[in-house]
Amino acid sequence: MTTLANYLLVSALLFSIGLAGALTRRNAILVLVGIELMLNAANLNFIAFWRYGPNPEALTGVMFAIFSIGVAAAEAAVGLALIITVYRHYKTTDLDQIDSMRG
Amino acid sequence: MQFAILAVLTIAGAVAALSLRNLVHCALALTLSFIGLAGLYLQLGAQFVGFAQILVYVGAVAILIVFAILLTRGAESISQPLFPPTWVRSSIVAAIVFGVLTWAILSSVEFRHALSPEPEATVKQIGDALMSRFALPLEVIALLLTAALIGAVTIAIRERREAK
Repeated sequence: MTTLANYLLVSALLFSIGLAGALTRRNAILVLVGIELMLNAANLNFIAFWRYGPNPEALTGVMFAIFSIGVAAAEAAVGLALIITVYRHYKTTDLDQIDSMRG
Repeated sequence: MQFAILAVLTIAGAVAALSLRNLVHCALALTLSFIGLAGLYLQLGAQFVGFAQILVYVGAVAILIVFAILLTRGAESISQPLFPPTWVRSSIVAAIVFGVLTWAILSSVEFRHALSPEPEATVKQIGDALMSRFALPLEVIALLLTAALIGAVTIAIRERREAK
């Protein structure tokens, strides 16, 4: 029997993997991938809490997940446009080499 | 059983997406993880969100990431080390976050109750809700997507104009 805790554990694991990737990897695209994974973990939490919550007929969790997916799509488009612009300027996507504002 | 398969698919895809060396392989593993998540949504009874996940993430975001990888020639620069010097600290931070979340989930009795009867979340109901109760957020998200579209094009086109 799958309980709410199972879904929350999968979501927590997904969030931690995304966080570890976003902090560890030095390629800007992979950092964005890590952030997308963290957003998806949050979406899974919305849906799981909606399904197991007391008032599933209110559709609040589903609506929040739909709007979250929309915002994430906008974020991915702008983020990748920024990465491509930075690549044109610095000829690299390695975050350690983009350090002209380092103090 | 289905849940276990989908969970393993999602987690394995996520791990592979952030640990493989070739960036194109990373994008493909990320797609696998998104498909697993869509399966989890479908299993939770949220059909519309599951198909929106496939359309938006598998169809659009993954393709966008592949385009970005190819445009920045990321597939060629696989010489960088997989574990930079900061990876120990980063992994400790992520492990602490996972530990705290797991402790919070497992220590709560509230999360262990079984499934309530299948809620109704048909596409018609979602459409009705979007057009009545959630009309204002829908308009806001439309404005946001338009702004993101214009912003992404403006950001990506600027450098070329300066170069001329």
